[in-house]
Amino acid sequence: MPQGDYIELHRKRQGYRHDHFERKRKKEAREVHKRSEIAQKALGIKGKMFAKKRYAEKAQMKKTLAMHEESSTRRKVDDEVHDGAIPAYLLDRDETTRAKVLSNTIKQKRKEKAGKWEVPLPKVRPVAEDEMFRVIRSGKRKTKQWKRMITKATFVGPSFTRKPPKYERFIRPSGLRFTKAHVTHPELKCTFNLEIIGVKKNPNGPMYTSLGVMTKGTIIEVNVSELGLVTPAGKVVWGNYAQVTNNPENDGCINAVLLV
Amino acid sequence: MEVEAGLAGAPMEEERELSNRVICQLTDSEGTPLGAPIFLPESAGPKELQQLVNKLLKNEEKLPYAFYVSDHELVVPLGSYLQKNKVSVEKVITIVYQPQAVFRICPVTRCSSTIAGHMEAVLSVAFSPDGRHLASGSGDTTVRLWDLNTQTPLFTCKGHRNWVLSIAWSPDGKHLVSGSKTGELICWDPQTGKPSGNPLTGHKKWITGISWEPVHLNAPCRRFVSASKDGDARIWDVSLRKCVICLTGHTLAITCVKWGGDGIIYTGSQDCTIKMWETSQGKLIGTLKGHGHWVNSLALSTEYVLRTGAFDHTGKQYSSAEEMKKVALERYNRMKGSAPERLVSGSDDFTMYLWEPAVSKHPKTRMTGHQQLVNHVYFSPDGLWIASASFDKSVKLWNGITGKFVAAFRGHVGPVYQISWSADSRLLLSGSKDSTLKVWDIRTQKLKQDLPGHADEVYAVDWSPDGEKVASGGNDKVLKLWMG
Repeated sequence: MPQGDYIELHRKRQGYRHDHFERKRKKEAREVHKRSEIAQKALGIKGKMFAKKRYAEKAQMKKTLAMHEESSTRRKVDDEVHDGAIPAYLLDRDETTRAKVLSNTIKQKRKEKAGKWEVPLPKVRPVAEDEMFRVIRSGKRKTKQWKRMITKATFVGPSFTRKPPKYERFIRPSGLRFTKAHVTHPELKCTFNLEIIGVKKNPNGPMYTSLGVMTKGTIIEVNVSELGLVTPAGKVVWGNYAQVTNNPENDGCINAVLLV
Repeated sequence: MEVEAGLAGAPMEEERELSNRVICQLTDSEGTPLGAPIFLPESAGPKELQQLVNKLLKNEEKLPYAFYVSDHELVVPLGSYLQKNKVSVEKVITIVYQPQAVFRICPVTRCSSTIAGHMEAVLSVAFSPDGRHLASGSGDTTVRLWDLNTQTPLFTCKGHRNWVLSIAWSPDGKHLVSGSKTGELICWDPQTGKPSGNPLTGHKKWITGISWEPVHLNAPCRRFVSASKDGDARIWDVSLRKCVICLTGHTLAITCVKWGGDGIIYTGSQDCTIKMWETSQGKLIGTLKGHGHWVNSLALSTEYVLRTGAFDHTGKQYSSAEEMKKVALERYNRMKGSAPERLVSGSDDFTMYLWEPAVSKHPKTRMTGHQQLVNHVYFSPDGLWIASASFDKSVKLWNGITGKFVAAFRGHVGPVYQISWSADSRLLLSGSKDSTLKVWDIRTQKLKQDLPGHADEVYAVDWSPDGEKVASGGNDKVLKLWMG
């Protein structure tokens, strides 16, 4: 490419060659053939690069052609006659069909039966048995190893009395027994200190549920009479479920979120 | 009843027997008193009062009347009514009399025939103003005309390209117009079932309502207005076969349109307003604001008279357009009286407003009480009652003049879609999603007849102007005709 404008200056002063325009035209016409020759003859990496470039060009060309064609033809209004004709006053309304309503009620009933609830923490890390229990040696020679001590937070209830120590297999240390939980209402975003009524379900197994162990993800029942909730029938609600959200053995307190 | 005739001049002698007589003042529904206050014996009942009113009004034929004391209907003799309600006999009691229709419509009780023919759900049903023809529009894109004598299909009018959403008869019964989901309108000739010409195009979205110009303003019927989802209403002329004026102004879809008897077009829209238009130039006269959500349905107090035009229960046919116009004008003036035309609008915000558009831009009454959206409102043919159908499964009855709540009709188990009055204003018909139709008696305010039989939701109901037949259509694709 010329550096400077000497070619333009010459053209201005002396004009063009007598056959300049014809030669230009013919050269441009030959471009097409030249391009095609290169496309067919180029080999190796050069050929590949050229082919790639050419393909991109072709795709773009096709798109622009299609676009032009679209605007020239007249767009017809959607002519299809759909099923499920409804009168004008129902047309703008999004009404759930009866089938949908029925299937929804059936699904809800099935869920209730299966006991599958929607909880804030659906999956929790499983707690291994050796993490949960510590082996306590007992006996005169400390060889008997059938006693276990629970290392996680537990709930025992107000009327709990220990089994006679000689026969007690699972020891729940009183330091890890909790009666109250800090329960957060998910919508109001405020936390209350509510009494625990019982442990409903521990995801790690039914044995832990029966022992009253509270780990992360356990569903507990709390006394919500302080909140003053009332059922639609007018009765005062006093028990509600909450799910434990922290590891109580590490923190020393139980944080839970209310299931509404 | 000689007792009454002699009473007016001799109150002094009967002073001792005052406990047996009551002072009453008869007034009409607008409040103008009829004659001077009269002493009436306590044994006087509605029949005696009726005779008295007929005499005072100097009616040649004995017309039936209904009497109301402080908005409660008087059905028992005066004495027992007063005792029951503990009304003081010291004051003058105002008894309002209201003329009732001379003819009495028998309630429909049975389904006389189920006519299949449509291939898809029936979306709209309409009787012609003289009650001789029946037309129905359906989702299979056809309009069908049915023969009422043999209860069989008469014509199938093909021409629409998509669902036929609304149909309307001209008040002189000569034209039938149907509007479809593509926004086109076709005018049919009911005698042959053929279209009168090409489809009228102009609207861009579906047609939500059609209303003809009243015959007393212009006869023979030429113009009608159509409302569409695209937000404008167009006035068309069937003889010129084109759109004359386009009324734009609404920002959202227009849900219903009514051509009033004084030549004003009312359009209710999803933008929560009702606009009034003048018909010669298509200018906007005023906007009625007040609703909080979509306006679903409009009704005018003179609507029934405008729909039936010159035809009434006598079944007389008219030959010339001039005659029809004169008779229609007479009927309209008689119906309207001296009061301005009233408009009621039902909306998605669960309330209805009663307006007097000629008087003020503010609503006269706000009618609340429904617990779900109000889908359809309808004035009774004599203009004394308003009925409203709502998605809360009830139909409510309101006073047509003041807008006060009168009664609620409960019985449906699904949303109530459409209602229709019998020509004598004594019976009300409602069709609902629960596939039943119910006939309600206004006098006793109770269910008169339950009409089950449809297999699916009932989308459209209509009572013929001569009161003999009811037609209903719905999602089960058949048209049912019910008779008394």
